[in-house]
Amino acid sequence: MTKETVDKVVIFFAGDSGDGIQLTGSQFTNTTALYGNDLSTFPDFPAEIRAPQGTLAGVSGFQISFGSSEIFTPGDECDVLVVMNVAALKANLKRLKKQGTIILNLDGFDKRNLRLAGVEEDQNPLTDNSLADYRVIDMNVTKQTRECLSEISIGIKEKDRCKNMFVLGFIYWMYNRSLEHTISFLNEKFGNKIDILESNIKVLKAGYNFANTCEISSSRFEVKPAKMKPGVYRNIMGNQATAIGLIAASQQSGLDLFYGSYPITPASDILHELSKHKNFGVKSFQAEDEIAAVSASIGAAFGGALGVTATSGPGVALKGEAIGLAFMLELPLVIINVQRGGPSTGLPTKTEQADLLQAMYGRNGEAPIPIIAPRTPSDCFETIVEACRIAVEHMTPVFYLSDGYIANGAEPWMFPNVKDLAKINVPNKDLGGEYFPYKRDDKLVREWVTPGTKGKEHRIGGLEKEELTGNVSYDSDNHEKMIKTRENKVNLIAKSIPLQELDSGKEKAKLLVLGWGSTYGAIKTAMKDVLIQGYSVSHAHIKYIHPFPTNLGEVIANFDKVLVPEINNGQLVKILRDKYAVDAIPFNKIKGIPFESREIKNRIIQVLDGE
Amino acid sequence: MENNIYTSKDFATDQEVRWCPGCGDYSILKQVQSVMPEINVPKEDIVFISGIGCSSRFPYYMNTYGMHSIHGRATAIASGLKASRPDLSVWIITGDGDSLSIGGNHLIHLLRRNFDTNILLFNNQIYGLTKGQYSPTSEQGKKTKSTPMGSIDHPFNPLALCLGADSTFVARTIDRDPKHLREMLKRSNDHKGTSLLEIYQNCNVFNDGAFFGMTDKQTKENQTLFLEHGQPLLFGENHDKGIVLDGLKPKVVSMDEYSKEDLWIHDETDQAKAGLLSRFFDNDLPRPFGVLYCEQRECYEDALHNQIDKSIELKGEGNLDDLLSGNNSWTVD
Repeated sequence: MTKETVDKVVIFFAGDSGDGIQLTGSQFTNTTALYGNDLSTFPDFPAEIRAPQGTLAGVSGFQISFGSSEIFTPGDECDVLVVMNVAALKANLKRLKKQGTIILNLDGFDKRNLRLAGVEEDQNPLTDNSLADYRVIDMNVTKQTRECLSEISIGIKEKDRCKNMFVLGFIYWMYNRSLEHTISFLNEKFGNKIDILESNIKVLKAGYNFANTCEISSSRFEVKPAKMKPGVYRNIMGNQATAIGLIAASQQSGLDLFYGSYPITPASDILHELSKHKNFGVKSFQAEDEIAAVSASIGAAFGGALGVTATSGPGVALKGEAIGLAFMLELPLVIINVQRGGPSTGLPTKTEQADLLQAMYGRNGEAPIPIIAPRTPSDCFETIVEACRIAVEHMTPVFYLSDGYIANGAEPWMFPNVKDLAKINVPNKDLGGEYFPYKRDDKLVREWVTPGTKGKEHRIGGLEKEELTGNVSYDSDNHEKMIKTRENKVNLIAKSIPLQELDSGKEKAKLLVLGWGSTYGAIKTAMKDVLIQGYSVSHAHIKYIHPFPTNLGEVIANFDKVLVPEINNGQLVKILRDKYAVDAIPFNKIKGIPFESREIKNRIIQVLDGE
Repeated sequence: MENNIYTSKDFATDQEVRWCPGCGDYSILKQVQSVMPEINVPKEDIVFISGIGCSSRFPYYMNTYGMHSIHGRATAIASGLKASRPDLSVWIITGDGDSLSIGGNHLIHLLRRNFDTNILLFNNQIYGLTKGQYSPTSEQGKKTKSTPMGSIDHPFNPLALCLGADSTFVARTIDRDPKHLREMLKRSNDHKGTSLLEIYQNCNVFNDGAFFGMTDKQTKENQTLFLEHGQPLLFGENHDKGIVLDGLKPKVVSMDEYSKEDLWIHDETDQAKAGLLSRFFDNDLPRPFGVLYCEQRECYEDALHNQIDKSIELKGEGNLDDLLSGNNSWTVD
């Protein structure tokens, strides 16, 4: 038996949405993270919870890229494709590189499964030679699982549910991983269901031992721990980082966290995560609809809480009027949009960056709202804390634009210590002189006075208000003045944010690749290659989209051309053209999936060589 | 705090009241301002939240904390406020369009959650601020600007709707009866839970006389029924009529033939009978005023804070460093 050392591996797990693929993927991820590899993951699941078994519509997938050097994306092509049935193979074979490895469950390739996947019997991929370019490792996962559990008295359905553990055990052996983490996970999950716990562990070990003893798996791979910056790490998903960041912002500001939300894919996991942490004083409120969720958060903010609401694009559409109210009242509010494919219901479980213009302009009247976007799963932490800081310190609603890709993706994170986190300053200091609700400080921020404060009783509302007093005013000059004042207040935020920096490349070059949000990993990976190849190109990634960093115009001016890759039909590019009159080149992908780094690389080369 | 340190004038603001002359809202504002000193809550701890509509200008005229919000959402905003600040006395000002049409969803959910708030539902059976379209409580056949041939909508029965949403306090009063209005405001305030007080309010511009029969001297005795807990259902001139229950069917009887003991005795804790009372509506029965229903049920904000306390008791107060590191961290040297 050989043990081959490789630098990087991409595995794609695929099976029925009921096969436990996401669990298999996340277990492999956590074990791999603990082993010390750098990694990036991307789950790909259908919108239906249990689509018809065996069909293409029901295929659930999970991709992980891990390695002994830095990893920024879940990878383009896969080295290994694990499939539990015909449909999973049919849907995902295109992801596998030539000469790649297929690990397949023979029991998922019977007549019934062929029929369900819409494959004629004479086109059975096992026999029609269509897999000749790949290395196929086949095994009877279902049969072996059942045999392994023959002496345990649980139903056949329960037994079959353990089959993902067989595959996991097999892969653990292939990549020389320990079973320890998964066994302790199973203990925690099934601790009081002894039969189920025992079965899962038994099957996990059986898969591991099968790989060890059988001859089909002729090689074993070693992926050494990555050389990462010294420090303490954990594995983190984007939505999880967002939830933890909200709790951190609550503590750093001394404000109670109120989280009003209505379940929606792919934002619901933030609600689930926060609901687990009531011992931090978190008030999570599952409202009756999107409008109630944002309205309740505004009510909580009026009462002095850190009001946060989260949703996806369709929910933001519903919240629009209330967001305008928060803007008009000048109360802090954080609006999380975990973007998904649109328009309308669109592609709920797929990713897209197509709500940027909605965040920028999607309200009646002149209502500019700050926008901030995280770039990777772990960056969600820092970015949501920053969103809360801007909301509170500047008394304004703030949009936080995550997306399905980084929300569900995972990566190792060198998490901070609480002592290193900055405090958030609550603008509740008396501004001096007679109190008026819309008296402002030098940043044009009003004092946040909450009910219970004696002597400062006041009324606020959605009608235009007289400057200073906040009394209702229909005066035309006052209206224009207030529009400008509120706009200036938001623009002044630019003074409290960092200048735009380049992520890679030189300060002056031929081409600037200017991205935002979740395209970061793909651009960064592509940049490594093109810089080695000597191309004159740099990369900047914008976190603060409104207002932009004050030097962004100067940064852009140092380049002949600007390329703007986005997972939409061209949105940031419109804002850049509007603001800087720059003839930026849009590069768009609107397929519900992230960029592959090679797509970005090819486009960069095309732009530069096409001169 | 000491009793009555305020007078009603302490609750007036410097803002000019801008309802139409003769509007029923003036009377309601006056009674609310006069009840406030009696509820013994410091005015900085009182909040009025309204939506959109004529009545929703109300918070501007109350010298407490207040928010004039957006159409239909006062109930949702108040829910969030009360969840985060259970210490406050929260009053919701809404109209029939605001609470039953655009905000219908939030109203029923507030009621089932039972936040300890007071809803004053000004029902004038018309859209006033948008100048006279029919509302969800306008009677069928009503001719308005948007229904020149008469409304074809079947109207809501607000109190039946609220009882259906398991409201813990349901009452009705009317703008022209200040004494009863004050009494109902106090009862609403005293109730721990969501109090739903429907206030019949005359819009003298777009729907004048909607409740004429219930306020006119000639007819009001026969068209109104004032409920009191433990008392028989009597009405009419000199209480010459009563209500008996014939199975589940209410029946008007003459007191010449019946004694008080034979009559339906009002029990405001009886939800089934409250349901019957709420259906005293356009069916030759007098319209009931007073507290139809009142029960004690845990408030959402208390349950929420209990869960937080319990979570702290079980897991200890949250430690952010532990949360940041999670259960599976590793060190890279």
